[in-house]
Amino acid sequence: MNLPEHSPARPPRPGPLARVMAVTSGKGGVGKTFVTANLAAALARHGQRVLVLDADLGLANLDVVLNLSARVTLHDVFTGRATLDDALVPAPGGFTVLLAGSGLVEYSRMTPEVRDKLLAVLAQVRPSFDTVLLDTGAGISDVVLFTISVADEVLVVATPEPTSLTDAYATIKVLAANQPARPMHLLVNQTQRPGEGRTVHGQLQQVIDRFVNPTLPSPLKLGFVGEVPHDSAVREGVQRRQLLLETQPGCAAAMALVGVAGKLASHD
Amino acid sequence: MQDKSSPSYIGRYRPRLERNVCALRLQPWAELGRLGVVTRPIASGPTTLRLRFAPDPPAVHALPAPPALPTDAAPGPLHGPADGTPADPAGPLSAPRLESALSLLRQAGRDGLPGEAGSPAYLQALVDALVDLSSRDALTGIANRRTFEVQLAREVDRVARSGEAALLLMVDIDHFKRVNDRYGHPAGDAVIRAVARALAEAVRPMDLAARIGGEEFALLLPNCPAAFAPQVAQRVREHVARVPITLASGDALRVTVSVGGAFAPQWVRSTPALWMARADNQLYRAKGEGRDRVCLEPAAVSEVSVGERELLLGAAPSQDVA
Repeated sequence: MNLPEHSPARPPRPGPLARVMAVTSGKGGVGKTFVTANLAAALARHGQRVLVLDADLGLANLDVVLNLSARVTLHDVFTGRATLDDALVPAPGGFTVLLAGSGLVEYSRMTPEVRDKLLAVLAQVRPSFDTVLLDTGAGISDVVLFTISVADEVLVVATPEPTSLTDAYATIKVLAANQPARPMHLLVNQTQRPGEGRTVHGQLQQVIDRFVNPTLPSPLKLGFVGEVPHDSAVREGVQRRQLLLETQPGCAAAMALVGVAGKLASHD
Repeated sequence: MQDKSSPSYIGRYRPRLERNVCALRLQPWAELGRLGVVTRPIASGPTTLRLRFAPDPPAVHALPAPPALPTDAAPGPLHGPADGTPADPAGPLSAPRLESALSLLRQAGRDGLPGEAGSPAYLQALVDALVDLSSRDALTGIANRRTFEVQLAREVDRVARSGEAALLLMVDIDHFKRVNDRYGHPAGDAVIRAVARALAEAVRPMDLAARIGGEEFALLLPNCPAAFAPQVAQRVREHVARVPITLASGDALRVTVSVGGAFAPQWVRSTPALWMARADNQLYRAKGEGRDRVCLEPAAVSEVSVGERELLLGAAPSQDVA
């Protein structure tokens, strides 16, 4: 496989900056971090230079999913103990990660300092990558809302479960009411049968049209980027802390994620 | 005598000019040149601030249309000699345009500029007076929609940076059409003026009261904690309702207002349009619920109503499980 080399030290290219996409879900436990990591690997396969920024400042677990122990984290960058380049870590799957580090629990409340530090980090990495994925925390705390606000696009991950759908809808509603309009995509994870993702998307759009769009200056259209079927290989991969795209690239879930990445990459 | 080409002198004027230009809804500094209002230091001369009006100002749509000029003066270059010789880029003020500016100021009761005509002090006072004039609503004297929009955009940026709570209240006079129909338009004007005065009295000096439409007003309250919002908004509503309005005819009446409010989203960079739309939604709610009341956006808009939930999950595949 022709993986692009990921060298954080590579000089910034002139030209467009990375598109920044926030991955969010409302409810936790719907596979947001799993989707983020595997999507990053899939985008890397499409030839992109991808950075995943662990923006779940309080309860980051990207390192767990990827089986990485970060020696240098965002926390060290924030406190000036390390440079940003030192904190950019290569991940299996051909992309780069910037881990939050557990020391960031103290940043779980938004302050002007955290805000400015995150913005500075983002401005610094943007020229060196094609896509930056922000793995946001669960819920709609001010940290999560802020993280999403700095993104150019939003990817909402939901499962067909009622609680997940309700929380995804609440998140979309809050974002639409409070943040400037920008592309918002839906990925439906853990679907039980083909076509379920599209059904779920239709239902969400219907409620948005009825309850949210009348309150907005311009109507929100939720994009549908695909469904990832429930797959026993996913759980095995997660338990072994391996990237699905590395260990089981041929399984249904992995192939679906590659398809989603293709769709997102072509949106570029 | 102070050296007017010194950086400190220019530095002292620059923020003031930029502020003024912002109030005109123009981009600061660079746009000055585009508008034709050129303010720049000239290193050699004793006067560092010059101001002129371009012959064809492209951006004056932001300003009220000037009153009709005498036909012999109307088009043509507004600066420089009239005999066709090239205009001095830092030439004297156009006399007809200056006269129309002065007549606008006289109309607003603001004549008597200090200093000798054309001196820097005079020109600065002229700019200040014109900016002030174009920032205010002609009928009520409070801030106009232009000023409001500039301040609102600034507040959105500030709140994004500081995370402070800032409240926007939209205020609309109830049954205003009835006042106009029954007592005539001059009475309507008197009511609008009285409400504007009452609104300005009901808020802190740091808050902005603006007239943004016919009988619609906005109050922008920076640094207003969420817990205070209901009380603040009720105070505004009650204060307006208490103010007696005496008409020229001798009739006295009172009016009520409906108030809708929303807080700026903290930390995140939102847009003034979204903030206004949210406050407007609450104003419509207040109108719909019977007027003469306050409706504020609930702190968490993340609540999902029963209706929303039913539509969302009504035909959900997960119903199979139940």
